[in-house]
Amino acid sequence: MNFELTEERQMLQDTLRRFLRDRYDTATRNTILDSETGMSGEIWNELAELGVIGALFTEEQGGFGGKGFDLAVVFEELGRAGVVEPVLDTAVLAGGLVADLGNETQAALVEEIIAGGCQMAFAHGEPRSRYDLNLVQTSAKADGDNIVLNGHKAVVINAEAADHLVISARESGEPGDEAGISLFLVPADTKGITVQGYALLAGGRAAEVMLDDVTVPASARLGKAGGVFGAIEARTAAASVAQCAETLGAMETATALTKDYLMTRKQFGRPIGTFQALAHRMSDLLIEMEQARSAVINAAGHLEGDRKTREVNVSATKNLMGRAGRLVAEDSIQMHGGIAMTQEYELAHIAKRIIMSDHRFGDTDHHLERFIALAAA
Amino acid sequence: MDLNYTDEEKAFREEVRRFLAEKLPKELRDKVAGSDGDTLTKADMERWHGILNAQGWLVPNWPKKFGGAEWNAVQKHIFEEEAAAADAPRIVPFGFSMLAPVLHKFGSQEQNDYWLPRMLNGDDWWCQGYSEPGAGSDLASLKTTAVKNEAGTHYVVNGQKTWTTLGQHANMIFCLVRTNKDVKQQEGISFLLIDMNTPGIEVRPIILLDGVHEVNEVWFTDVEVPVENLVGEENKGWTYAKYLLTHERTNIAGVGFSQAGLNTVKRLAKSEIANGKPLIQNPHYAARVAQVEIDLKAMATTNMRIISKAAGGGTPGIEASMLKVKGTIIRQEINDLARRAAGVYAMPFASEAVDGSNAGLPDPLGAGPVAAKYFNNRKLSIFGGSNEIQRGIIAKVSMGG
Repeated sequence: MNFELTEERQMLQDTLRRFLRDRYDTATRNTILDSETGMSGEIWNELAELGVIGALFTEEQGGFGGKGFDLAVVFEELGRAGVVEPVLDTAVLAGGLVADLGNETQAALVEEIIAGGCQMAFAHGEPRSRYDLNLVQTSAKADGDNIVLNGHKAVVINAEAADHLVISARESGEPGDEAGISLFLVPADTKGITVQGYALLAGGRAAEVMLDDVTVPASARLGKAGGVFGAIEARTAAASVAQCAETLGAMETATALTKDYLMTRKQFGRPIGTFQALAHRMSDLLIEMEQARSAVINAAGHLEGDRKTREVNVSATKNLMGRAGRLVAEDSIQMHGGIAMTQEYELAHIAKRIIMSDHRFGDTDHHLERFIALAAA
Repeated sequence: MDLNYTDEEKAFREEVRRFLAEKLPKELRDKVAGSDGDTLTKADMERWHGILNAQGWLVPNWPKKFGGAEWNAVQKHIFEEEAAAADAPRIVPFGFSMLAPVLHKFGSQEQNDYWLPRMLNGDDWWCQGYSEPGAGSDLASLKTTAVKNEAGTHYVVNGQKTWTTLGQHANMIFCLVRTNKDVKQQEGISFLLIDMNTPGIEVRPIILLDGVHEVNEVWFTDVEVPVENLVGEENKGWTYAKYLLTHERTNIAGVGFSQAGLNTVKRLAKSEIANGKPLIQNPHYAARVAQVEIDLKAMATTNMRIISKAAGGGTPGIEASMLKVKGTIIRQEINDLARRAAGVYAMPFASEAVDGSNAGLPDPLGAGPVAAKYFNNRKLSIFGGSNEIQRGIIAKVSMGG
């Protein structure tokens, strides 16, 4: 066993950490949060220039990373700084699906994504699908040489900014069937697509995407007709690893802020961290941080493994991160007191990132059940 | 022992129910149901106060001689429970149930005669000036000073208060100020009533993490306050403040809010489908809902035990601290379950509008801004004496410290 990062990953981590420390402070981010687009094009381009996006794709795909530990290194730093730019959506989810499944023409987009010139969104979830990947009701029906899409995609993150959408739709079978689901790579300005955008509590923007007789050529299909569920599941696993690493980074920030505060804030004539009741709680957070770090390593390290190993580890990690994240977010706020309840203070945003991560790709309960089912299978 | 309400109490509950059904305006009820009251305007809150005042129920805790109803603790509890269940706005407590009891007990006849009718008529909106940036849990370390001018007609106040809830609506603030620096901290504090329109006062909003403006900073620069506005004796303010805090802690258990919250959780969890079944059938989720319901049932009885004792004239001591801790744990757990039930739709930011649509935020479950509420209610275990402070009080008193 070896728990050291490779030299390349270590360099990437150092560079990215330095960059975000210099360029992405609380005030900068709060300005971004207040902006109409909810993201900064300038930061996006700089991230691309640093190679951050390229690190999320494999060499065959045109990048220089793309493995579980590459995702973990990048996203831990993005999480540490509370970055709201849609790296996960453009690069890991939608971009990743294009890289995994695209034909030569489609895959050409990856180069643009890596260069920072293309935004993407994955329109998959639906109003009643909750965390189940197979509950696709959006329909794809053949109409001559074309395919017509109809349906409602829910909480599609980055849909407004996206140049292209990757849309899932059912070509056959019943909602809940794994077979019959197809993917389509569609320009966002295609007729019949309506995007109703809104801000997210933890930063960034999402939208309800309405598909009303959206007509696309059969060549828009991404991967095999009706046979891409496995690819969606695998990409969601990669996105879960990225998201868990991001949450870990945010938890690092929360505990660091709390530690500082406990040692500087004085009440009753002494630093509040010298009260044993708080000192022990801080210790518990640090213990959970080690658990969280190991859980992320487990998921990242098995991302390239067989399906069952990969998914068991994803569910185990999502469940643990949900629990540890809640503890860290809530206790960090509590030990700070009122100051952490204010929007201006760094921890407020960080705590929201941590908690809201449990509402994407399945929460603690979802993954507990899934872990039981997978382990029994 | 008898766990049943008396016939009289049952009749009272019916009366409250009828009143709420007839008199609670639908617009107010909808705002409370949809956003837990966060979108209520000043006018909305004043409207509800006016309706209650017309009924004689605005200040049920006051003695009759001051225009109160002198409800006993059980009646108050029944009202609070029914009001929460009916999605009635909360009565803004700062004047009616915090300042008023202090005036009743320690204020002069003139102060009571002048301020109480104004309070009931809605002429004054009171806020509370207790916490300061450096004085939170350690409230007695407060630094805002009040120095008498040479003529002896005014106090001159300088300093800063914070976490002033709904201070943006207020024209009056009751403040703890330091009038003597040379004695033990607790012995140099006085209790002043200050007109917010006095020159030298500035109110700055604090936006909370859910985007809501409910608290403020209040800055005082050479603010002149007539000496008649001192309550009780100079340097006795800490005694009055502690008396007030015991009133702040009544209904601290929030049983009614928890029951209303639990009903929402169950409704959401029945309609949300998770893994092919209603979420309420998910064994892990269902177990957590059951667990908190079991805790709530016991706490409701604890609450009633303490209330019955108070109805008999006893003053709650550490029991209030116990209810604060347990009550907030339960409410926060319910907030957590509610946001979980909403699933992916917990992510939208409720304070923001939706582009390109006249509809509100996507909310297929009718869950409302449950995640924003979850974050906002982290305050419950922080304000009014944090849960750590309450545990300290419980330990100190029960272990004979």
